[in-house]
Amino acid sequence: MAQDITVKITDREGVVHEVQAPTDMAMNVMELCRSYELAPEGTIGICGGMAMCASCQCYVLNDVALPEMEADEEAMLSEAFYVKPNSRLGCQVPITEALDGLEIELAPES
Amino acid sequence: MITTDILIIGAGPTGLFAVFEAGLLKLKCHIIDALPQQGGQLAELYPKKPIFDIPGYPSVMAGELVDNLMEQIKQFQPGFTLNERAETIDKLEDGTFIVTTNKGTKHHAKVVAIAGGLGSFEPRKPLIENIAFYEDKGVEYFVKDPELFRDKKIVIAGGGDSALDWSIFLADVASEVTLVHRRNEFRGALDSVEKVQELKKLGKINLITPAEVTGIIGEQHVEGLAITKHDETKIIATDYFIPLFGLTPKLGPIANWGLEIEKNAIKVNNALDYQTNIDGIYAIGDVNTYPGKLKLILCGFHEATLMCQSVYNRINPGKKYVLKYTTVSGVDGFDGTRKEAEKQVVKAIE
Repeated sequence: MAQDITVKITDREGVVHEVQAPTDMAMNVMELCRSYELAPEGTIGICGGMAMCASCQCYVLNDVALPEMEADEEAMLSEAFYVKPNSRLGCQVPITEALDGLEIELAPES
Repeated sequence: MITTDILIIGAGPTGLFAVFEAGLLKLKCHIIDALPQQGGQLAELYPKKPIFDIPGYPSVMAGELVDNLMEQIKQFQPGFTLNERAETIDKLEDGTFIVTTNKGTKHHAKVVAIAGGLGSFEPRKPLIENIAFYEDKGVEYFVKDPELFRDKKIVIAGGGDSALDWSIFLADVASEVTLVHRRNEFRGALDSVEKVQELKKLGKINLITPAEVTGIIGEQHVEGLAITKHDETKIIATDYFIPLFGLTPKLGPIANWGLEIEKNAIKVNNALDYQTNIDGIYAIGDVNTYPGKLKLILCGFHEATLMCQSVYNRINPGKKYVLKYTTVSGVDGFDGTRKEAEKQVVKAIE
């Protein structure tokens, strides 16, 4: 049976949330943030998870191995604001057991 | 003055389908949208992406769904005020409404249905400290009239289709076009990228990559921009700066209409008819909220249907209404067309 994993998410107010994320629901990090309502409605996942708005941009804070960035994500981040070298789009990071212990911070709203 | 039964704010799928349901009840609709075309997010953000949860469609492209909705409502002849944002609302003594857009177009309606999705789409503004001061003084987020830039020096920033397309178009209008993008790769259509490359070779477009506009200079109007490339900043002279970084939805002026707002959405009475706290104003689709709300297109369709029933009763008090099934009674368009199932031919057995 698939295990839940633990992810630490720092919201836009600087509050750290340690949340349990299911690995058997085909969720991604953006959907996880929405599920726990870590950002106001309408400010995260605006494009529905298609790497077309960057509203779910987050900074990866530890060295948990994430899947390689694909062209769509890279292109969107090249146009987004507040981008750092550790930026990723939450909608492009599927939740798998390999992400257990991941720590991220939501980028500012833009 | 535009007059109608239902004034719908938002030409996304929910707003469009509301026209159909209203049409079945002989109610006329007019739609306002801030975007220049119908379809809302589907047309603006992802027309080429498939949607898999529309009943009866195993898969449908977002743009195709919009086209089909437009075809479906054609017979009900809705009016459209596009490229204008609903700005103010006034309730008259008789309970009807006047809605005025940012361009001053006035609409008189018996009821108002807000189907604004996530809100009206506003330009994403670059994080340059003093950019607000230069808005309409050389900073333009849209190219509304290309003639504004005739024989002027312009700088466009961005890496998507808009930045590429306007660079190409304005290369023949402006005296100098500079395109600044944060990386060397662009995410626009391949032929647009190739065209920009060709114009660069011809000296008609200056391409600065990977670079970023980091400052604006000028007394009362844009006179120059600071452009940073590899930690080195240079000033270039320009008359206009056109940042094209896409759009982001904002609830906008609707937030000031006295509606009860919760979590950036409008609270409605979902037990009855999706009416807001203001009698005669409804909210349907992604723009509303209520216990158990799901922001799905199909939920918007359902809400539009129930909303129209309520509007019918409101506009025709005391008049008996019998729910009609299109399979039985067909569809009568306002354009004189009639659609109905073909009658079965019954033959006698001899």
